[in-house]
Amino acid sequence: MEMSLPLTFAAGLLWGAAAFTIVGALTAGLVLAERKVSARIQGRVGPMHTGPHGALQTIADMIKLVMKEDVRPARADATAFRLGPLLVAVPAILSLAVIPFGAPLVMRDLNVGVLYFLAIPGVTVIGLLLAGWASYDNYSFLGGLRSSAQFISYEIPRSLTVVTVVMLAGSLSTVDVLDAQATVPYAVLLPFSFFLYCVTSLAEINRLPFDMPEAESELVAGYHTEYSGFRWALFFLAEYAGFFAAAAFGAVLFLGGGNGPLLPPIVWLAVKTAALLFIGMWIRFTLPRFRADQLMRLAWKVFLPASLANLVLAALIMRALGS
Amino acid sequence: MSGAPTNGHAHGAEEVHRPTLEELKERKLYTRQRVHEGQETITVSMGPQHPSMHGVYQAVVDLDGEIIVRTRPGIGNLHRGVEKLAEQMTYHQFIPVTDRLDYVASFAMNHGYCEAVEKLMGVEVPRRARYIRTIAHELTRLANHILWLGVHIMDFGAQTFFLICFRDREYILDLFEMVCGARLTHSYARIGGVSKDLPEGWVGRCRSVVDFLPKRFDEYERLITSNRIFNKRARNIGIFTSEDCNAWRITGPTLRSTGVARDLRKDEPYAAYDEVDFEVAVEYNSDVYDRFLVRMKEMRESCKIIRQCLDNLPDGPYLADDAAHVLPLKKNVLRDSAAMIQDFMHVIHGPHVPKGEVYRAIEVPKGEMGVYIVSDGGPKPQRLRLSTPSFYHGQAVPAMFEGEMLSDSVGIFGSIDVVLGDCDR
Repeated sequence: MEMSLPLTFAAGLLWGAAAFTIVGALTAGLVLAERKVSARIQGRVGPMHTGPHGALQTIADMIKLVMKEDVRPARADATAFRLGPLLVAVPAILSLAVIPFGAPLVMRDLNVGVLYFLAIPGVTVIGLLLAGWASYDNYSFLGGLRSSAQFISYEIPRSLTVVTVVMLAGSLSTVDVLDAQATVPYAVLLPFSFFLYCVTSLAEINRLPFDMPEAESELVAGYHTEYSGFRWALFFLAEYAGFFAAAAFGAVLFLGGGNGPLLPPIVWLAVKTAALLFIGMWIRFTLPRFRADQLMRLAWKVFLPASLANLVLAALIMRALGS
Repeated sequence: MSGAPTNGHAHGAEEVHRPTLEELKERKLYTRQRVHEGQETITVSMGPQHPSMHGVYQAVVDLDGEIIVRTRPGIGNLHRGVEKLAEQMTYHQFIPVTDRLDYVASFAMNHGYCEAVEKLMGVEVPRRARYIRTIAHELTRLANHILWLGVHIMDFGAQTFFLICFRDREYILDLFEMVCGARLTHSYARIGGVSKDLPEGWVGRCRSVVDFLPKRFDEYERLITSNRIFNKRARNIGIFTSEDCNAWRITGPTLRSTGVARDLRKDEPYAAYDEVDFEVAVEYNSDVYDRFLVRMKEMRESCKIIRQCLDNLPDGPYLADDAAHVLPLKKNVLRDSAAMIQDFMHVIHGPHVPKGEVYRAIEVPKGEMGVYIVSDGGPKPQRLRLSTPSFYHGQAVPAMFEGEMLSDSVGIFGSIDVVLGDCDR
């Protein structure tokens, strides 16, 4: 159906607003869950006062963030400073587009969906670098440099790991990958790939033990040190949207996504995603953090060779399965 | 110095290689060689408002990439002129001020000050008071090390451990609350003894705490000692050899991590330390990891010391009976006219003090704390000088940071355990 340009634009705006709202709600839920999980691990109760068991706490936090004064350092580069958070938040939201949440809930079944998912977060690097550089602050600058180095380093083993799934499924479409797992999820066939994916994803989304870019013990808050209010909220949103996307995508690639008996696909995907999210939170509140150079050494000397070896292993498995 | 007791790493019976001074110097040199003069640097200020700096210490570091080239330390943000204050107060009145030196281990500060004043006045402390002081001092050491441990591990990014440590520290603070009503600023020591006797049921409760804590330490060890990330991060960073330690007057666990078994509790015993059996914790690698091991071992030894003191706790007075130098027992003040006059004289005038100078050092949790008093015979010290460990440790920071990575700086700073109240005074 052909649409006039203004109509297309309006529809896009509407979709964008919807996506933003959904991701915002997702983030609110995820933040609350993380606070509750961390409280449980640390022997606390977490937020309790706003709403039943603190359920509305993150909503209140979001309102507070939106209403805050927009502070920009006097010497910051105004355009780049504003562009930074957008370039971080938008790709994180876009990457959710190809996740098959269940039959009617695939926003786009691209024939290169997997590639899209891997490529889109690449834009984030520019955002982080811009934010760090534009803040005119040494903590931010170092944080931006570290995060871009980390992103680029971990993207390679992560992509190589995902390739094994594509090899077995024979398609780059996320829906086809799901269909290929109708009987056996890939976590069973490719356990090593699954492990590598989880670890490199933690690095990719900057979570402990790989949260170098915002290592608060030396760089205050890394690239977003100078940000506050809504712009900071965008970074926060991007972090949690990225966390969710990585977990949901992991569930699709390795755990058979919505496949499962009795319950509708959306429930199965939610359960599997939640399990991966929980593991991510568990790790965050248990382990110490790597050092920047150790992180790089790990990426290039351990994960890259391991993912290459894994590629060969996957080829052998393919051969053995006779497909 | 006493003989160095052997102490293996966490690997158990496995033979541990003890690096020689030359080897350590070589390792240190390797770090130093990463500094190239003349490179363009960027300057980052760590503190005093940095979220992870310990207290209000400032370290302005020049970075070549991630390598620290130069460090300019800044202290004095918490300076309160404690030594000058002492000249305006009688010897009794100064005790609560000592709480505010190292507020994490305030009883140790009370104790060090009282030991010095007692030496000046020639007061004989009753045996029970000496035992109670030993118990309280070791509880302080436990509280200090547990807090240090939580914060130190958080420097390396593990958040939950911090809260675990805080929870365990509560048991010790509760014990102090029972005995003197205060949780942080105890002011429990008095010249000639302690302010109150141990309350009913305290001994049993204290025993259960020191029986329970080693089990917690086992859990800490499981979480941290063999954690691969912590090992990777903490080994071979912040090396400070015994020579460096002597040059910078570094004492306490940091010195003991270099293989030097110096501990004033053993070398110049005070309180009841000559009557208990304990080992001086020593490690040999002189790095951040070994400082952690030394403190872990010290905490176990503290539990041992407390247990022995509780077993042998003698009966008798908890405050010396010495009208010229010591406050009367509070319960007698309103009943006994002699005690009332004694109280009046001490509060209004102050104690009778001979002329002279005295220096007394004790082993507080962070190192050696010395008190130097010059008395002109009046009820107030003519001059009082405190030599606190954090001050010396804080000034060695530039030497420790040189050639290290920015990511390690917070961990290294944490490993020498500096409290700014103790440093700035």
